[in-house]
Amino acid sequence: MSQPVELPDKIHVGPVIDEGHSLASVSDKVGGIVLKRKITLGWVFGLLISFAVLQNLAAGATWLIIKGVGVWGINIPVGWGFAIINFVWWIGIGHAGTLISAILLLLNQSWRNAINRFAEAMTLFAVMCAGMFPVLHTGRPWLAYWLFPYPNTMDLWPQFRSPLLWDVFAVSTYFTISAVFWFVGLLPDLATLRDTAKTKFTQTVYGALAMGWRNSARHWQRYEKASLLLAGLATPLVVSVHTVVSFDFAVSIIPGWHTTIFPPYFVAGAIYSGFAMVLTLMIPVRKFYGLDDIITLRHLNNMAKVTLATALIVAYGYTMEAFFGYFSADTYEQHMIWNRMTGTYAIFYWCLILCNIITPQFLWSKKIRTSPGILWCISIVVNIGMWLERFVIVVTSLHHDFLPSSWANYWPTIWDWAVYTGTLGLFMTLIFLFVRVLPMITIFELRMLLPGARVKEPVAQ
Amino acid sequence: MSGHHHKTPHPLYGLMAEFETPGQLVAAARRTREAGFKKFDAYTPFPIHELDGAMDLHDNRVSTCTFIGGLLGCIGGFGLATWCSAVALPLNIAGRPLISVPMFIPITFECTILLGGLTAAISMIVMNGLPAPYHPVFNVERFSGAARSKFFLCIETDDPKFDHAETVGFLESLGPEEIAEVPR
Repeated sequence: MSQPVELPDKIHVGPVIDEGHSLASVSDKVGGIVLKRKITLGWVFGLLISFAVLQNLAAGATWLIIKGVGVWGINIPVGWGFAIINFVWWIGIGHAGTLISAILLLLNQSWRNAINRFAEAMTLFAVMCAGMFPVLHTGRPWLAYWLFPYPNTMDLWPQFRSPLLWDVFAVSTYFTISAVFWFVGLLPDLATLRDTAKTKFTQTVYGALAMGWRNSARHWQRYEKASLLLAGLATPLVVSVHTVVSFDFAVSIIPGWHTTIFPPYFVAGAIYSGFAMVLTLMIPVRKFYGLDDIITLRHLNNMAKVTLATALIVAYGYTMEAFFGYFSADTYEQHMIWNRMTGTYAIFYWCLILCNIITPQFLWSKKIRTSPGILWCISIVVNIGMWLERFVIVVTSLHHDFLPSSWANYWPTIWDWAVYTGTLGLFMTLIFLFVRVLPMITIFELRMLLPGARVKEPVAQ
Repeated sequence: MSGHHHKTPHPLYGLMAEFETPGQLVAAARRTREAGFKKFDAYTPFPIHELDGAMDLHDNRVSTCTFIGGLLGCIGGFGLATWCSAVALPLNIAGRPLISVPMFIPITFECTILLGGLTAAISMIVMNGLPAPYHPVFNVERFSGAARSKFFLCIETDDPKFDHAETVGFLESLGPEEIAEVPR
């Protein structure tokens, strides 16, 4: 169990949890947001806006199902437009949640305790949004179950050598294990809500969800074992998911995609965009819910450092891509990278360099890492940059393929935008609901950070 | 202690002592075990790893089940890919092998994680006897503190060493805040 440790830095970033909190006060503060806090106008307004934007998804999906995928901007040679761009973008965002909940648990990073629940919720919601795209991209989403191996009258079985099928297994496993891990983490906190709730309705609902958890030491021992095992399983899982996503590209022979650097470069990009999204969401939440004594500057500082580190890995990836293109002595590869930098989509490429490589360099400054406002702006820029990255990878490789006679440009239509903005609405709607109905911070892990949780046995024994 | 076996269950589930700090609880749990009690439990608002030693808790069945689950997932995933590609729908594409081991690894891996992870969570829940719609410890009014900031130790009447008066005396010697009877 770790205690707040002072950092030896010049600028004081504070402990992982403010002094003055006790076992009871953290329970009441975090649980109180769900049980006691009145519904504010700001929350209602935010939820309504998100829910209104969510209707874009309903409209976009309905029109797509009526007319077919032709309503999108995709055609040959660019058959993978917004659907794949947004799928990769969303699934990448999800990766930060698993990194925080699983990898940082194994590394014994106690600062994760205050942000893991929220980040895991973000993972689940992002994967839900991601899942929309490939399913809609099939054009006939009602037949999406054909992707799974099941005995059928056509006597057909899926192609197990295809990265697209690997994706089906990777993403569905990722969602299932993330949901299970999240629920296991919630159990003790649901019990806390059950035991502190005042109305019959909330007692019943949280009581049913808590399944009779009674904080028994014999239970905790198995619980800790299961948590550790789940973290150990989720760690290689999260790396595998974006690796498999990168295989969708790398296993093909398209110029710019067929490179061995794709898996590590995609995983780093995923964590990069995920941490940016955690910052985008956590900075307003800690402000509006007054949680700056639990999600301290120390957390923002640490998350900004991870963002900077992954930005540098991603920068290395871009450099290597350009170098490989030049060094390959392959006409198509050389044309692809030259076209990417100077062709129709050059503006996207240079904006991506500006967003993903130049902007995060500000994070070298501790002053910026501990200024929530500036950090929030940088996180938004990174989110945009990572979206541009996927746009550049998907579109510039496809629109100039091997035969100049088949070259064509790709531009999204209004229905592409409807589905994309619709998933943003879905994501924000779920976030707004989540912060009101479930404890957004893992209460029992927060308790473990407090001085009152240290075991000091009486001497007279 | 009465020499004959109870036909009807004891009217109480146990005796519960409440402690203010985790240190007091760990010391109390250690003394309870050393006094020879077997059927007792501690209740704490967060996992206390020191209790594993104090109460001699070493249940590794969750790990064993997870390993078996993961192994089944591994074999199942590889078997599924092999059966589909080599038995159910063999397609000869340019003479490439039907059982293409490297290409089956991603799905084998994902199935390993899926079954291993599900087994870890489900075996933990089942071995903890959850869902448990009713449990006597909740009959103690102050027990809700175990989900907030208080520490409890409950010696159960099922323990062969349990004797109401003696056990109350023993619990008092541990220096608790309060001792309560736990009705069934």
